[in-house]
Amino acid sequence: MHYIEPHGHMVSRTTADYESIAQAGCVALCEPAFWAGYDRSSPAGFYDYYRQLTEYEPRRAAQFGIDHYCWLCINPKEAEDPSFAREVMSIIPEFLDCPNVLGIGEIGLNKNTKNELAIFEEHLEIAQKYDLPILIHTPHLEDKLKGTKLILDALKNANVDRGRVVIDHVEEHTAPLVLDQGYWAGMTLYPISKCTAARAVDILETFGMEQIWMNSACDWGVSDPLAVVKCALEMKKRQHTLTTVQKVIFENPKEFLSQCPNFKVNQLLQ
Amino acid sequence: MPTKSDILNLYFMDARCKLLEIAAYLDRLDRHEGEGDFRQEAFLSALEAMQTPPAGQSRAQTVLNTLSDHSTSPAESASLQSAYGAPGKL
Ligand SMILES: [Zn+2]
Repeated sequence: MHYIEPHGHMVSRTTADYESIAQAGCVALCEPAFWAGYDRSSPAGFYDYYRQLTEYEPRRAAQFGIDHYCWLCINPKEAEDPSFAREVMSIIPEFLDCPNVLGIGEIGLNKNTKNELAIFEEHLEIAQKYDLPILIHTPHLEDKLKGTKLILDALKNANVDRGRVVIDHVEEHTAPLVLDQGYWAGMTLYPISKCTAARAVDILETFGMEQIWMNSACDWGVSDPLAVVKCALEMKKRQHTLTTVQKVIFENPKEFLSQCPNFKVNQLLQ
Repeated sequence: MPTKSDILNLYFMDARCKLLEIAAYLDRLDRHEGEGDFRQEAFLSALEAMQTPPAGQSRAQTVLNTLSDHSTSPAESASLQSAYGAPGKL
């Protein structure tokens, strides 16, 4: 069985992790720009990070037959200082022509502040200017519900194409808000603060298998690069057919990502 | 689709284990000195609320909603703290 990892932070991972996910069937991986475990001290730090995402990681992934893609932005955790954030955002256009760039992400909110919201809205403008899909991070824990609602309001005001926006890290209370309004939803399998495999399957059974994907996030925190295939096994234990499993772990992300001009199905599958 | 009995076979032992973890965690809090904080109260409220979820909400949604910040205006600035898991400040 092959699958797409739609959200993994491989800059925090070893090359052995690429090997493991390739052995488990991963054919493509998408890496959203995010916090790297520390605050960068200058826009030049982001320039180097974008080079890592567009040059170095694709080469590392290719050794294992994995197509590496990325999303670009300044993440909300480092966007509290608007003038710093705007300086970083001014670098983004020069990377948009790189062949593995999918769109703008993961933008969103962290502590639901006015500054984060302003920078979020300015990222929406960049996405609209360059006609790119959008990947959105929703805050964690007690901040998720409020943050998701603020994000949905801002998206409505910006009049985005909802089918080209994926709102990530949904849980039971936010999945219906996102899906009912026509956006795509992402579930992050990150047991302590986000979603376990069993709950992810509950969410699929409750809210349906359309416009939804799951990912491991696999970042600098305690996380598991194999979480997506482990959840696929959970679906099988719950008697979902292989066709349904394949839809959730491959066909759905492929359908969304095919809206990104640079996305191509891995040539090994053609 | 699995039956209730299939679900019990798949998840009962795991849920039993987690239920005991919750009970032991509450005992541990009881046993130790000092003051609790808003997290403890929120936890107990969520535990109670999930037994009779409001109409239209699942038990999981009720727990998540009980542990959520329900204010609606954006914050003026970010605190240095990351999230606590329940609304409130230390
Ligand atoms: Zn992420």
